[in-house]
Amino acid sequence: MRGRLKNKIRYGAVLALAAALLPLAPACAASVSVAVAANFTAPARELAADFQHATGDTLQLSFGSSGQFAAQITQGAPFEVFLSADAARPEKLAKMGLGAPGSVFTYATGKLVLWSAVPGLVDDQGKVLRAGKFAHIAIANPQAAPYGAAAIETMRKLGVYAALAPKFVTGESINQTYQFVATGNAELGFVALSQVIKTHKGSAWRVPQSLYTPIAQDAVLLKPGENDPAARAFMAYLKSPAALAVIRAYGYATTH
Amino acid sequence: MWPAIKLSLELATVTTLLLLLLGVPLAWMLARCHGWWGETLAALVALPMVLPPTVIGFYMLILLGPHGPLGPLLARLGLHTLAFSFTGLVIGSVVYSLPFMVQPVRHAFRALGPGPWEAALTLRAGPLDAFWSVALPLAQGGILTGAIMCFAHTLGEFGVVLMLGGDIPGRTEVLSIVIFNAVDNLQWAEAGRLAAGMAGFSFLAVLAMFLVEKRVSRLRA
Repeated sequence: MRGRLKNKIRYGAVLALAAALLPLAPACAASVSVAVAANFTAPARELAADFQHATGDTLQLSFGSSGQFAAQITQGAPFEVFLSADAARPEKLAKMGLGAPGSVFTYATGKLVLWSAVPGLVDDQGKVLRAGKFAHIAIANPQAAPYGAAAIETMRKLGVYAALAPKFVTGESINQTYQFVATGNAELGFVALSQVIKTHKGSAWRVPQSLYTPIAQDAVLLKPGENDPAARAFMAYLKSPAALAVIRAYGYATTH
Repeated sequence: MWPAIKLSLELATVTTLLLLLLGVPLAWMLARCHGWWGETLAALVALPMVLPPTVIGFYMLILLGPHGPLGPLLARLGLHTLAFSFTGLVIGSVVYSLPFMVQPVRHAFRALGPGPWEAALTLRAGPLDAFWSVALPLAQGGILTGAIMCFAHTLGEFGVVLMLGGDIPGRTEVLSIVIFNAVDNLQWAEAGRLAAGMAGFSFLAVLAMFLVEKRVSRLRA
């Protein structure tokens, strides 16, 4: 009796181990690796779940700064699709022969928002920028992230750039910029609307489009994905009404 | 590029000096206690050696921020947060590099054995005098090794600064961040120059450490 119980426990343990390792085994359905710009994190997760549900193909999402991804792709990173935060990098990659020609398109147009985790700190006109009563204002690295460049452009147009420049703290990606503000280390900062649209915490000012160049975010099918039907299917899915509805729900504008 | 080099050198110098002040007495204490709690304390001090810099950076960001335990104190000093400041980076670096000072110095003190210390006390030296004129000079090899390690380690520090710094030119934008940004912008030439400089310097630091160790072991023989 005892021996049998022991055996049962042993089998149970083996089964549990197998179940734990199962996700590591190669899946039968195709898996597409996608490099996603940090600002698109939340919608990409939702789109991936929907896409997986619809097609059975899985998406392996990597999140980071567009600049780092572009650098890694030039060095042979095995991404199949790249959802950049800008239009320049996908175009450059396609020109370098690293992306499928003609595959580049704008999947979303980003919106800039001035946000604070503190309720009432940011007014709905952005006057807080002129008053300048804060120690730190977070922006994304303007050289690497278009949201950073848009923030600089906005402050220049408002004539507050020179006064605020000493208070800049720069996140390596728009996600780190958001984190600086969310933790309260920076009182406010310029982030992507998609990052704060679903939270009702704090205070925000949607920066009028007239103050900055539209942030066109382009997708490109990369060389490793060119012959992968699942990667092509995902590119097409991004233009579908279902996907566009998700993208718009996060505050992006779409052109399709 | 030059402001970042200057800043990294400043950060490494301040951190190393602070760690000489804090780390050497701590190593002395740890070398002399042999109970389980001594090892527990030693393990705590050595922890940053294996902890990911992101873990240290994360704790520091919370700890030094306005909602952290230091928040009220900072507010009284008229500061909002210690993140994004040189002071914040120094605090982060001291924690991160602490084991690189304490480990070699503790080993050096332990290697002396009780002999010289007891001899000095027998000759009526006070404990402080014995520490200054016997233990410290005999452990100088370990102290020098620790100082070189701390300096080199802090000069190349990346993760903690990335989490805590906010990339402010002249204040928190250190060398490794400049390299990171250069790669981000596909500026291979600048990244290459700085990276080669770092590699060269790091090699010299490790070589210096080995030469110190060689001299110490020859003196002992």
